[in-house]
Order: sequence, then C-alpha cells, then structure tokens
Amino acid sequence: MAPKRRPRLAVWKFASCDGCQLSLLDCEDELLAVAEAVEIANFPEASSAMANGPYDLSLVEGSITTAHDAARIQQVRRWSKVLVTIGACATAGGIQALRNFADVQEFVAAVYASPHYIRTLATSTAISAHVKVDYELHGCPINKAQLLEVLSAFLAGRRPAIAAHSVCFDCKLRGNVCIMVQGTPCLGPVTHSGCGAICPSYNRGCYGCYGPMEQPNTAALAAEWQRLGASRRDIHRVFRTFAAAAEPFRQESDAHGE
Amino acid sequence: MANRTIRVDYLARVEGEGALDLRIQNGRVTSARLKIFEPPRLFEALLRGRGFAEAPDITARICGICPVAYQMSAVHAMEDALGITVGGQLRALRRLLYCGEWIESHALHIVMLHAPDFLGYPDGIQMARDHGSAVRGGLALKKVGNELLRLLGGREIHPVNVRVGGFYRVPSRAAFGPVAEALKQARDLAVATLRWVAQFPFPELERDYEFVAMRHPDEYPIDEGRIVSSRGLDIAVADYPSEFEERHVAHSTALHSVLKQRGSYLVGPLARYSLNADRLPAELRALAAECGLGPTCRNPFRSIIVRAVELVYVVEEALRLIAAYEPPDAPFVPVEPRAGIGHGCTEAPRGILYHRYVLAEDGTIREACIVPPTSQNQLSIEEDLCAVATDAIDLPDNALRDRCEQAIRNYDPCISCACHFLRLAVHRE
Repeated sequence: MAPKRRPRLAVWKFASCDGCQLSLLDCEDELLAVAEAVEIANFPEASSAMANGPYDLSLVEGSITTAHDAARIQQVRRWSKVLVTIGACATAGGIQALRNFADVQEFVAAVYASPHYIRTLATSTAISAHVKVDYELHGCPINKAQLLEVLSAFLAGRRPAIAAHSVCFDCKLRGNVCIMVQGTPCLGPVTHSGCGAICPSYNRGCYGCYGPMEQPNTAALAAEWQRLGASRRDIHRVFRTFAAAAEPFRQESDAHGE
Repeated sequence: MANRTIRVDYLARVEGEGALDLRIQNGRVTSARLKIFEPPRLFEALLRGRGFAEAPDITARICGICPVAYQMSAVHAMEDALGITVGGQLRALRRLLYCGEWIESHALHIVMLHAPDFLGYPDGIQMARDHGSAVRGGLALKKVGNELLRLLGGREIHPVNVRVGGFYRVPSRAAFGPVAEALKQARDLAVATLRWVAQFPFPELERDYEFVAMRHPDEYPIDEGRIVSSRGLDIAVADYPSEFEERHVAHSTALHSVLKQRGSYLVGPLARYSLNADRLPAELRALAAECGLGPTCRNPFRSIIVRAVELVYVVEEALRLIAAYEPPDAPFVPVEPRAGIGHGCTEAPRGILYHRYVLAEDGTIREACIVPPTSQNQLSIEEDLCAVATDAIDLPDNALRDRCEQAIRNYDPCISCACHFLRLAVHRE
C-alpha cells in the first residue's frame, strides 16, 4: 500500500501577540508527534522552510487591521481547504478592537510622532468578517488541549468536541465555591468555557477573555454586578476588554457607557 | 556585480512579522535595515482611560512569549505611582514566576529557534531527527518553565494571578512538590544544553557595544535593580526618560531607542551577563568558563551560550526560591488609587522592558509609555547586520542572506512587542 499523503498544515499570523500560535509549540509532549502526523508546510514562527499552498488546514491567528492584511486573508482562504481561527483576535478582533470605539487617527497620533506614516484601518475585525471560517476556537489565549482536539478532529474529518457552555459549568466541575456568592463580581456566567475556570480557582472574578458564550444573559449579570457594588464604569470596562467587539459584550458595555 | 540587494521578505523563527533589506554597492554595505511590518495595535493609546489595576492584564497581551515581563514592569510602575512596596515572599514569588518565563522563553529560543541556524536545519522539528535528545531535552525544559508559570500564574500564556500589590492567591509550600522535582531534573538538562551549544561553530565577530542592563546589589538581575551600562551609566529606574529617548534616524522611518549621550546600546543576555557575571554563583561561573565564556561576551552569535548559562541560573534560582518559600500572611498588599507618575523596569528574557504611567486621582491611566527590548536593540541589530555583511561580503547571496537572518535571530527579537513603539512606514518602491 502506498504511504498516505500527510495533511498539510499552515499557521498564519495577523495582528496579534503570537500567544495562540505559541500554544502549538507549548504542546511539548505532543509537538514531535504532531509533526509526524501532518506536514508543517508553513509556520514561520517555528520554521524557515515555507512551502506554497494549497494547505489542508490553516490555523489563523490575529485580527484584520490593515488593507494589506485584508487582502492577504483572501489569499490564505483561497489556499486553504479548511480554515480555523484561533484566539480572541481572530474570532472577535482582540484588545486592539478598542480602536473601533475611538477615533483611530487620534489613537495613532497618541503613539506615533509621524502619524501620516502609519497605514491602518479604523477597525480591528475578526477573520469571519472577511472570509468564510470553518471553525472558531476562542480564548485569549486559546487552550492548547483544545487546539490539539481541533487538529485531531479536522484531520479525522469530524467536528471538534469543544463545549459551548459557560465558565460556570467548568467551575462546578472543579468543585469551586462560587466566588460571586462570596461577593466577587465574575463574568463566568456569560463567558465561553475553555480556560478551565482558572480565575475563580485563583480567587479572582472571570474577566471574560474567552468571549461571550452562546446567548449570554449579560443584562442580568450586569445587574448582579451592580448589586455587588460594581460601578457603571467597572461594568463598561470589563465587557470592553479582550472581546470588546463581540456583539453581546459590545452591547452590554454600551449600555453602561458614559 | 556593482550593486547587490539582499532581501528576506518574511523573517522566520522570530516572534512577529519583519523583513530584512541589505544594500551593497561596489563591494561595500551601504544600508542594512530591519523592516518591521507588524501591524500596530496601539496599546499606549488604548490604555488611556483604563483603570490602573487593568494594566498587567492588558499589557500582557503585547506579547504571548513574554507576558510575565509586561505584567512585572506594569505592576512595578503602578506600585511606584501608588507609593507601595512589595517585598518578602510576595516579591520572591514574583521572581519565581519570572524564572518560569525565562526558562520557557530561553529553552524555546535556544533549542527550537536558534540552534537550527548553527547546525543547518530549517527548524527544531527537523533538527530532532538527528539531534533527538537535545531537542527533547529542550522541550522538557520548556515544559518545566510552563509548569511553574501554570502553578503560580494559572496558565502559561497571559497568566491570571498577577495583580498590582501581589497575587490573587498564593500557593502552599506543598504545592511546589512536583515542580521542584521536575526542576531538579531540568538542571541536568540545562547543563547538557549549555555544553551542547558551547561546541557549535561560531562566526568570528566582536562588537563594541555599550551594554545596558539592570544591576542588583547581590542578585543576578531579573525583577529589580538600577539601570547600569558598560560606559558608566548608573541610574534609578525613574531616571530612564532623562537618559534614553526614542529618535528618528535619517535613513529610516523606524524609531530607534538611543542613549541621549552616546547613541546605540545593547540590552538582553549579552549585556546582562557582561555586566553581572559576578552575580552568578561561583560554580556556574566556572561552568561558563569551561564552556569558553569569559566574564564578558561581545560576539552576538555566542549569545546562545549566554542564554544557556542564564537558563542554568534560573533553574537553580527557582529551586532556591522554592526551598526558601514560606506562604506570606496575605496574597497582596492593599492599594488605594491616587494621582501619580510611576516607572517600572524589569529584565524580560530579551532585555530591559520599561513602563511609565501617569495616573489620575481615581487611578485612571492618563498616559502610558512602554519601551520593549527589541525597539531598544533595533539600532544594534542594524549595526550588527552591517558588520556581519561586511565580514561575509564574499559569500554568495543565499549564504549571505542566511548569515544575516542568523544575525537577527541572535537577538531573539520580539517584533510583536516592538512594533507598537516604532514609527514605521509602509515601504514603497
């Protein structure tokens, strides 16, 4: 029997911190096995060997913030049989989407002495605003075990088994005593699971870095936050951070704006 | 062959998006540029209007490889602005967390990103076919660093447990048991890594850098100290803005961090080691000497050996801190918002990382200034490129290009960090 052709994997970076693609290199025990199972055809952070497409699976990190990147993602899509976005930047625009609520020229002028040199878009947008995305893996950063599950699933031609419930569910599974009950405001009830409920496990309220779960009741949670003493500004800020441009969080932060 | 242009359009095995552009006229290098095309994310702008307590989590997102460095410089700057000091075991735990990041970052760079240059492989994975035990050892070291980050920080990338004043939760002594065992084995792996890299073939190059690093009265610098240089600079962190500035240079639209008095300088492992070798344990100094390192090192290609010495150091330092650990009475020092200006500087794996914040009375950030190591090194990187290309000018284009890429990777550059602070232009031909 002829040896089966290994699927070709590509990893792409747009506006981001590199943390989500680092998650792949953080699979210390699995990395060499992954490299046996797939051909790592394009992963510039890890290898100077960059092979042309087409690719069976592309992992895309980062958001679209420049005209150049808006064109580049179209090219990546054309080369990719399956395109999976990884992390809050790629799935929701990331922390850099705070520009969407401001005047980007004023932002640029605040950082750069010669703002006219800078070519950047007024918004930071998710990859799905530009091309068809086959699957979105949430998190800032993503969970590396979930990344391995996504890789395995797409290589096997099945849907990834990734839970879509809230952080609360994971907290219960860990046996944590609810920190809201103890008086600490927490975004766990409206935040997509995946991190393993680490913040509540470290005596801290969830700050929503995995973005909104499906159909979150953010208004009810905001009312509970107020009851616990959070100010309008606290609520505005916490919804407007790492998944600020994700629609349910955007609406709730707007509801508590100036 | 009067004019040659050597280009690398997308630098590999570096963190972020950069390119190299080298011009040679009549056998002379006329320009060497590290071009950064990473899209700006405008952190210093988006931090304005946020609460002081949010800075560690927000600035962590500047870099997925050194988030702890951002968190540490941020909390130090905020504590300076708010007039509190974090000492004792809380400070020790911060240093321990930082050791985890150094172990992870140095092991990744040494074995997976930098070593392939010396041995002629495109990456660590392909190198593993011939150098399996070295790569597996490097990955095992990286994993131990990540275990420490996970224990103290909750997760490896963008830890959640750091706050202004200390931590949200501190571990018990017993919690360190498994990671301490792993660190003991990691020490042997780190020494083996050091011996392995020490026998690589190194291009000859001696550069006359002004080294800049932190210096502490009795420790190898990681989280605290004054800022010193090999040409006599010796200042408190708060004096950073009076000695350093970010400046336009005529040939480039990229902003370069310079010493106002003298121009370019070098931060990172070579600088830290050359200014602080006397702060390493005698046994490690002897091991470094055995591996061919003197008390200073001015060959940027040999930075991989210095990183490996530092890797051994932080593994040992982590073990020392764990052995001396007693849980503090409270996980954090309480903080109250007030108006103020604060400065923070710590040693990221790639060199000093400076933060400055201006706070309003209610603790809202009015101004933020962040100077990461790679923007401080940019001028030195370009000077290295000139020197390297001049020495290797007779090589064919491909070999010259490889040598230049390697000269950039000597820095373990963190372009995602640097770009938000560089004035960069879209290059138009």
